[in-house]
Amino acid sequence: MLASLLQNVINALQWGSFYSLIALGYTLVYGVLTLINFAHGDVFMVGAYIAFFVATFFLTTLGFPGWAALALCIPLTMIVTSLVGVTLERIAYRPLRRKGAHRLYVVITALMCGLILEHANLAILGASRKAFPPLIEETVYNVGGVAFTNLKIGVIVTAVLVFVFLEWVVTKTRVGMAMRAISYDKFAIPLMGIPLDNIIVITFVLGSGFAGLAGLLFAMSYPVLEPYMGALIGWKAFIAAVVGGIGDIRGAFLGGFLLGAVEIMVVAFFPSTFRDLISFTVLLVILSFKPTGLFGIAKTTKI
Amino acid sequence: MLRRYSIHTILILAGGLLTYLAYEEMISLYILSVLMFMGVNVIMSTSLNLVNGYMGEFSCGHAGFMCVGAYVSSILGVWLFSKDKVFGAPVFDPELALYAFPVLILAGGVAAALAGLLVAIPSYKTRGDYLAIITIAANYIIISAIENLGVIGGSRGFMGMKSVINAMEDAIYLPWMVIWVFVFTVLTVWVLRRYVSSTFGKGVSAICQDEVAAEIMSVNTNKIKTISFMVSSGLAGVAGGLFAYVIGYVNPGSFNILKSTEALVMVYLGGMGSLSGSVLSAVLFTILLEALRGLGIIKWIVIPLLLVILMQFRPEGIMGNKELGDLFPWLKRFYRFK
Amino acid sequence: MIAKQQDIQTAPVLEIKGLTQNFGGLRAVSDFNIALQPGELAGLIGPNGAGKTTVFNLVSGFYQPSTGEIRICGRPTSGLKPHRVTALGVSRTFQNIRLWNDMSVLDNIRVAQHGKLGYGFFHAVARSRTYQTREAEIERDSRELLEIFHLDKYADEVPKSLPYGLQRKVEIVRALSEKPKLLLLDEPAAGLNSVDVQELIRLVRWIHETFDVTIWMIEHHMDVMMELCERIKVIDFGETIAEGGPVDIRNHPAVITAYLGDANI
Repeated sequence: MLASLLQNVINALQWGSFYSLIALGYTLVYGVLTLINFAHGDVFMVGAYIAFFVATFFLTTLGFPGWAALALCIPLTMIVTSLVGVTLERIAYRPLRRKGAHRLYVVITALMCGLILEHANLAILGASRKAFPPLIEETVYNVGGVAFTNLKIGVIVTAVLVFVFLEWVVTKTRVGMAMRAISYDKFAIPLMGIPLDNIIVITFVLGSGFAGLAGLLFAMSYPVLEPYMGALIGWKAFIAAVVGGIGDIRGAFLGGFLLGAVEIMVVAFFPSTFRDLISFTVLLVILSFKPTGLFGIAKTTKI
Repeated sequence: MLRRYSIHTILILAGGLLTYLAYEEMISLYILSVLMFMGVNVIMSTSLNLVNGYMGEFSCGHAGFMCVGAYVSSILGVWLFSKDKVFGAPVFDPELALYAFPVLILAGGVAAALAGLLVAIPSYKTRGDYLAIITIAANYIIISAIENLGVIGGSRGFMGMKSVINAMEDAIYLPWMVIWVFVFTVLTVWVLRRYVSSTFGKGVSAICQDEVAAEIMSVNTNKIKTISFMVSSGLAGVAGGLFAYVIGYVNPGSFNILKSTEALVMVYLGGMGSLSGSVLSAVLFTILLEALRGLGIIKWIVIPLLLVILMQFRPEGIMGNKELGDLFPWLKRFYRFK
Repeated sequence: MIAKQQDIQTAPVLEIKGLTQNFGGLRAVSDFNIALQPGELAGLIGPNGAGKTTVFNLVSGFYQPSTGEIRICGRPTSGLKPHRVTALGVSRTFQNIRLWNDMSVLDNIRVAQHGKLGYGFFHAVARSRTYQTREAEIERDSRELLEIFHLDKYADEVPKSLPYGLQRKVEIVRALSEKPKLLLLDEPAAGLNSVDVQELIRLVRWIHETFDVTIWMIEHHMDVMMELCERIKVIDFGETIAEGGPVDIRNHPAVITAYLGDANI
């Protein structure tokens, strides 16, 4: 009984790690720009595919050993995925920001960019799914009836480390302070001599980079890639970020794990086809009672 | 006289002409189906515009309500009027399908309107991004729920609507789907126009422009939100029912976020808060989809790209928030745009 | 029964007892009491942040009071949503003009009567007799009101195309269109130049004389206060510090301290 519960906990933590990593990216961008970057889930997908190409290149073409390929894959995936995110910002969001366009138009642009990424992938690479090559030996540990792999542990540890890193950046560095300042008052920032555009680029670099990392880890854990893989996970991660309280990275982090826990619990007790239905319903219920999320701060309207 | 009845005459003539041409098979089935999809799209686009344009909300899950309407109309029709594997023999004489059809479609609409409460009630306290998420979740929940109802086919889909249409044609031979799509499209635009042009309906715009002021200046905002969301989703349900019968097959996957996005594209392309804009953009969008059909998947790169470019250079859409009568004042001689 | 009816007829238009409002740890309003008789023109003043607009928001029903009771024409407002409070007979203007900027001036006046439309969705769509009659009445009443205030030539303009002073006037007329027993004016002179301020004083005085309405005004502009108000209440940090006629208030030491810091300067 306990073993089975612990098993579910480990699974929930691992599954939730992906949501957390993606949710962190959403929250960073939302905190700074008050923009729901609907393309973020697809950036995650792009990250997974970039990891695929990099890994295949090093492993198959160059014949590197698995661990070496992995060691190179991590930074390269993160860098290239960051570039994708930053390009999106430069080409699609910044011009609208310059014009002072209504937030709604930026959100729609984000939604459309996501669709373009998905279908560009489909058009260029075709509909066949890609199999991610194995990079490391997956060793299964069995402690007291609870089975977990080194990969699962690695995913969870990575998520926690990323969170700790981001928390440090946001609270203890000057860049992080600038990010928080922007979320309070975007107009005052340039007047204070802080380069608004640079901070925003850094935000996208961080958010997209970690989405790319999530893509790599996801591809290693579930080695089948297809162009729509980012869509559903992206939506769910986004909802998780909101349930946690969007704009606050602690909220995003916990929201991701909460969603992971809900989904694993659902699958444990119900047929797996109910998973999405129940998770979305639970999230809807939570949002009905706490519209600004679990950690969110309610904004009062002044008249 | 001319001013009062000009539009009515034009519509009746157009409808009659269309029916005649379809009956005599002078228009190809392909063109007819495109015209019918156009009608469905007009209903989707105008009904979403009520909530996203006039009321200024951000509802991203419109296809979910289309799905409810599609399934309810289809199941009722097949169960009551035709013989099929799931429900067995028809409950009523298939000949009666002729008279019952509008009721079937309206039943789908009513069911969808009730589903609209899923979104209406949260809207009392939340707005903007948070409401957007709730609408997206609602869309997924509806699809997911149907996928789990194996008895009506689940994710494999449901069919049998063709036999209902056949029953209708057996009783009186006319191109019924063409007629009904036309009628419901006109009805939708008519209902919406009358709603938003009345002082009662202007409360919707007041909520959009300043909700606090509206509430304090005597507008019952919760009631208006409820009515507007229910009318919007109800009409989407009507569109869904018509869509289901035109194709003859439904499955939950066709009402996912991609379909909702199509509706969003049409609303923002036409112009938030412009009814004529939504009609125009629905027509253009349907034509665009057909024209790009040959491009296959590239279609879904071109369309989002178009919208991105639109957002950059003309975010208010084709008509902005004006109606045809504002852009072409000479039209006012022929029709009283109240 | 008859006694009760009489009670409601002679009841003060506005009665507030023991009103206290807390926002988290902050006490915005503290034990506020007032009774406005029909036909009064009273004022509420105090330094910035004193809690004046909060009192108005409580009367409008935008906030629910932490403790205390508010009655409009004898009827309690507790638990009522703002549009229902408005139906009891109160209407207002706002500190920052809150007109509906994409609607014509005429529409602004019409929509303000939403609570008394007398028809709903189905009548509107069916264009029934009820709808047509009521719409005609509302349009006629609204146009008449605009004419009385010489705003009829702006009926089809949008508020943002009008000068600020006129917008303020439109906002006041919009509030009047609801035929309120109690009219709340929140800093109506804010942002007006001296010519418009004089115009405003004339306007408010004229409204007070012509319409059967009690007016309660928040203002910073001392001329406006002194000229118009018969009775003034002063609050600071949510607490009442003085009450009386204009002359008493002007010379009241507590009031001077509240505004200038120290009476001995």
